[in-house]
Amino acid sequence: MANTLTIASPGLTEKLAGLRSQIGHTPVRNFPNIFRKENVKLYAKLEWKQLSGSVKARAAFAIFRDAIEKKQLHPGRILLDATSGNTGIAYARIGKILGIPVTLCLPENASAERKEILRSLGVELVLTSRFEGTDGAQDIARSLAEQSPGLYFYADQYKNENNWKAHFDGTAVEILKEVPGITHFVAGLGTTGSFMGTSRRLKKQDVSIRVISLQPDNPLHGLEGWKHLETAVVPEIYDSTLADENLEISTEEAYQMIREVKIKEGLLLSPSSAANLVGAIRVASRLDQGTVVTLLPDNGDKYGELIKKLFK
Amino acid sequence: MATVIIPTPLRKFTNQTSRLQVEAGTVGEIIEKITQDYPELKKHLMDPQGSLRSFVNIFAGDEDIRDLQEGKTPVNPSSIISIVPAIAGGTH
Repeated sequence: MANTLTIASPGLTEKLAGLRSQIGHTPVRNFPNIFRKENVKLYAKLEWKQLSGSVKARAAFAIFRDAIEKKQLHPGRILLDATSGNTGIAYARIGKILGIPVTLCLPENASAERKEILRSLGVELVLTSRFEGTDGAQDIARSLAEQSPGLYFYADQYKNENNWKAHFDGTAVEILKEVPGITHFVAGLGTTGSFMGTSRRLKKQDVSIRVISLQPDNPLHGLEGWKHLETAVVPEIYDSTLADENLEISTEEAYQMIREVKIKEGLLLSPSSAANLVGAIRVASRLDQGTVVTLLPDNGDKYGELIKKLFK
Repeated sequence: MATVIIPTPLRKFTNQTSRLQVEAGTVGEIIEKITQDYPELKKHLMDPQGSLRSFVNIFAGDEDIRDLQEGKTPVNPSSIISIVPAIAGGTH
């Protein structure tokens, strides 16, 4: 990556340090009205309870911090990436605090609501083909970065090692402290960062902990942030040998779980959070004893159009 | 013949063809014909009851057929019909 202007950035290190306390440290809860079985416990981390309202704060912060420390990113340069949503919101929030502008390549069929949120945070949006999803957005981001290497720092969350390391050093450490008896970890695959990083650390601590990855059951699906790896570009940070098992979750099951959790637990989940919970319950239901942990990447606040449809 | 644009994730089921030419009078007939020609498409587009899956959007030009006449939306030889994955369940 070219290092053109190295503009002095007074206070950047202090601003980074100030941000650190707003990343991670999310609460854990159970779902007694949804799942109850003797000798089996199920917990989920509420990942929206941190800066930017989603799990993506962890990876975005780690990516910013590493690039700033390596002097690849400073207020004279723009952070560029392809994203369908939450990572973009996290980049935008962090970039605003640090004084670093953000440009995002986003499929044009992202919801109007999502585009409005990003624009209101000062992000420059490059809308990409509605037929190609985030794979197409990645191609455009890559070519923009190649055309103007001095202008952009291409974060490339699908390839950036800081993505999974944020979970290795953060999410998993929190889980081991909060749920020391964990026997199973369950999470969906998108960039695959949260599953890879958390699973690697859990396995390092105790190789008998089983890690189960989840994927949509269909190439066209409504589980934002997830990838159907059989038909999508596989992220470079993904290691297919890590998961002990892979389960498929349908969008319909996730939508039903959104309804159920709202009614029985009073929480409004996003589609990917609901899908993670479907997978975790499926794993927990077949155990005689054990402790299953999953992540709930975000809540339903940003999915107004869908929620309205589900509860009409 | 109307043109149907197949999104990247489904091209695996259409022999990597991105555009299909289909003779039909309505969007419903188009779906019927392409799922006959490429049977694997069916489970990805339709639910077990035979309705369009809720997170799949079909556009006639720039308009979602759910805002038009759904399957009865008429097509002509210059129509461009596109199958678009929904992100965040998003209807625009």
